[in-house]
Amino acid sequence: MKFNNGIWNNEINVRDFIVKNYTPYDGDEGFLVPPTKKTKKLWNKVLALLKEERHRGGVYDIDEKTISTITSHSSGYIDKDLEEIVGLQTDEPLKRAIQPFGGIRMVHTSLKAYNKELPPEIDNIFKYRKTHNDGVFDVYTDDMKKARHSGIITGLPDAYGRGRIIGDYRRVPLYGVDKLIEEKIKAKKSHDFEPMYGDLIKDIEEISEQIKSLKELKEMASFYGFDISKPAKDTKEAFQWLYFAYLAAIKEQNGAAMSIGRISTFLDIYAEEDLKNGVYTEEEIQEIVDHFVMKLRMVRFLRTPAYDELFSGDPTWVTEAIAGMCEDGRHMVTKMSYRFLHTLVNLGPAPEPNLTVLWSNRLPANFKEFCAKISIETSSIQYESDELMREKFGDDYGIACCVSAMKIGKQMQFFGARANLAKALLYALNDGCDEISGEKLCEGVGPISDGPLKFDEVLEKFDYVSEWLTKLYINTLNIIHFMHDKYCYERVQMALHDEEIVRTSACGIAGLSVVIDSLSAIKYAKVTPIKNENGLIVDYEIEGDYPQFGNNDSRVDEIGTMIVERFMTRLSKRRTYRNSIPTMSILTITSNVVYGKKTGSTPDGRKAGEPFAPGANPMHGRDKNGCIASMLSVAKIPYDFAEDGISYTFSIIPDALGKTEESKAKNLVSLLDGYIKEKGHHMNVNVLNRETLIDAMDHPEKYPQLTIRVSGYAVNFIRLSREQQLDVIHRTFHSMI
Amino acid sequence: MTYGYFHSYESFGAVDGPGIRFVVFLSGCPLQCLYCHNPDTWVQNTKNKITADELIAKVLPYKNFISSGGVTISGGEPLLQAEFCEEFILKCKKNNLHTAIDTSGAISLDISKKAIELADLILLDVKDIDEEDCIKLTGKSNKNTFATLEYCEKIKKPVWIRHVLLPQYTLKKDKLERLSQYLEGFSCIEKIELLPYHIMGKYKWDELCMPYALDGIEPPTDKEVAEAKAIFKIT
Repeated sequence: MKFNNGIWNNEINVRDFIVKNYTPYDGDEGFLVPPTKKTKKLWNKVLALLKEERHRGGVYDIDEKTISTITSHSSGYIDKDLEEIVGLQTDEPLKRAIQPFGGIRMVHTSLKAYNKELPPEIDNIFKYRKTHNDGVFDVYTDDMKKARHSGIITGLPDAYGRGRIIGDYRRVPLYGVDKLIEEKIKAKKSHDFEPMYGDLIKDIEEISEQIKSLKELKEMASFYGFDISKPAKDTKEAFQWLYFAYLAAIKEQNGAAMSIGRISTFLDIYAEEDLKNGVYTEEEIQEIVDHFVMKLRMVRFLRTPAYDELFSGDPTWVTEAIAGMCEDGRHMVTKMSYRFLHTLVNLGPAPEPNLTVLWSNRLPANFKEFCAKISIETSSIQYESDELMREKFGDDYGIACCVSAMKIGKQMQFFGARANLAKALLYALNDGCDEISGEKLCEGVGPISDGPLKFDEVLEKFDYVSEWLTKLYINTLNIIHFMHDKYCYERVQMALHDEEIVRTSACGIAGLSVVIDSLSAIKYAKVTPIKNENGLIVDYEIEGDYPQFGNNDSRVDEIGTMIVERFMTRLSKRRTYRNSIPTMSILTITSNVVYGKKTGSTPDGRKAGEPFAPGANPMHGRDKNGCIASMLSVAKIPYDFAEDGISYTFSIIPDALGKTEESKAKNLVSLLDGYIKEKGHHMNVNVLNRETLIDAMDHPEKYPQLTIRVSGYAVNFIRLSREQQLDVIHRTFHSMI
Repeated sequence: MTYGYFHSYESFGAVDGPGIRFVVFLSGCPLQCLYCHNPDTWVQNTKNKITADELIAKVLPYKNFISSGGVTISGGEPLLQAEFCEEFILKCKKNNLHTAIDTSGAISLDISKKAIELADLILLDVKDIDEEDCIKLTGKSNKNTFATLEYCEKIKKPVWIRHVLLPQYTLKKDKLERLSQYLEGFSCIEKIELLPYHIMGKYKWDELCMPYALDGIEPPTDKEVAEAKAIFKIT
């Protein structure tokens, strides 16, 4: 293929290749084509398999006899004659593998839940070898275990793969595996004459592992009859090579989130060249895209039912970042951006891959309206501010999981789940005791004075608890990631990174709007604690009104900014593993339901057990001035202090968005433009009728593909637990009468 | 300085004029429509006063969202406070914001004229084509409404007509045909919106302990709405 040359010819530099070669597309969706016969046939087979999977209780099949590695399974197909893009995680579609290096315990529990057992020869291995999970629990302190148990720190990746690492899978088609191995060997040799101490020895061992994994990647591709040692020579090869690289990653790691990166504009370069030279037609290219996306929809990991309850169904977060602006001022919308979004039409809506549009007001009008139309039809797209992220991450970043930006191939994060800030506030009011168990976790807080709560006193105690919590939190993460690197290292994903990388410690908070409203209530209304017989505060009497988050009211929104800045500032003072930079997200996925369940009554009037709002959303029903007021409150949360992302979920009934299809799309574009101009970071868009959702609860069989977006990603509505379904329905449906 | 009696605002209105609208609800209404979904705005709340300056200050933070939409003044009956509307519209204009007044036209032109002249668009709610029925439905005659429409025609003010389809009341073929015919004579009318009656505002009547006269009347069916639209040649 003929490409414009650049630095990319002399060093591994995918970004340079893209910028020198991509073709921005300003036109509309008129060029898109419907699915081919072959695609329809193949997709129907997949749909039948998915139906059977649901029928079997969510898991199609498990291969419990083979530990999954890059080369553990021979080739597998859905239908060899129909598939344009090949490769499965095991020898059969939807069959799940065991990935025990994150934690053998998790494998036991998962197998038990599905009436399977680990064969003794595999179980025996882990009598001699430790897993990540074993390592972590060998070092955890009592305080850490208590914090984990009470749920003030929660969702920690200490029992399975941490995920949130994005390999630069594009390197494989662009350079071929041999060149990548060669570069890694060079990198390893460059250390030959340096003094050998801990960190360096670790670095070198890691490079060795990376080299081995690249060799295994080649071997795995050979099972399917492909030699990927050299660069891809056309569009189909580019997709296939790239998919093999991703497949190697998911065979090796069952990470909580396994994003694919930012691949569509890269792949468009091949497609443009092939279209120009008549190698492929538009139909053939869309067919390749559709088949590739089918594979991404079939990514499966073996997990426990408890995990699925927390995260709603079976999420994999195969996040793909689309569009955005190039640093040279051109937009990065290509025909491939359209083709990827068009899979939601050709194959119907779906939660995966997690299609994420990097929004800028400067994107072409045609593309913006196209996105809005697809959002209204499918609710399957999330939007994130390219304006905010480009400034910090350049123009070749991807999104790990839902909202976490990182430079592709140059940056990774240590996923840190989140601290329950609402619980932290309750500890401040209860002398450091857990409001449910009564057990003291944080020493030295001191009892709160009798009578109505005083804002200054509460804030002082909350600061004290936050200080304790951030210390404990970062220490816990340090242990987790030390052990993950040691026992469950992401070999092939890191092989697709530079050697010098930026690492972040990605902390998070849950229950932000609960804390904001609680502090506002204490400040502006009269809040009197109600204690139980043991002196533990179990409820609050609230007299008078108070300003609530979500109404663009600076009196309360300022409290939000203060909380976020103070917590982040505390985190950034801590010493971290591998000198990673602490960051923070405001994101809960669907776990806001479970976190709420584990948190007592709060001073804002929320009763014990009631769900939190998702992500950075205002509490349900408290935003009284319409959704833009709510968006403006959320947009005020400073991204500089929450660089790992601020998630906002927006749900609306179609009739409230406008009277005609055209005005609905235009209004949605105006909403997104406005939110991004106001420095909002992320928005999930759901355009759905309450009636549809209620019907889907009772008749799941009628809605196999109904997709809704929750904090940061999309889920299949019918796979949510009933409780989560109700939460989604009760959540403010911004509808104007 | 003029005060406006203010009820509330909605930051995202997508069905009250073109584009995204900041909708201001003023309190006080001379009508008492049986189907009203905002009966809580009937009484002029003299405790909730606002100046035009204060109100525009509430609007401006939303400019990035409503630059291609605008501001809609609704209520209650906004033209009951015509002078305040004038002042507020002038301030919107200064900020390049499109303005619409959502009115029943029940206010005498002597009072409402100037505000109508200033606004970019009038959303005129025609309650019933027949005067007697209109009195039954709203408590007031429809004379001022038609005078308002004629005045808009005279000064070439763009108008969107709105008309609620209420079974047993306005949803009658003969009435709709006569209304359609009448409206055809106006070149100022850009759009006719038929609004199917709904019961989502009924809870407010219960909250206010007011008897709801339309109990038992169901919203029109899709078929009835389609038939009504056909009469007005709305596609």
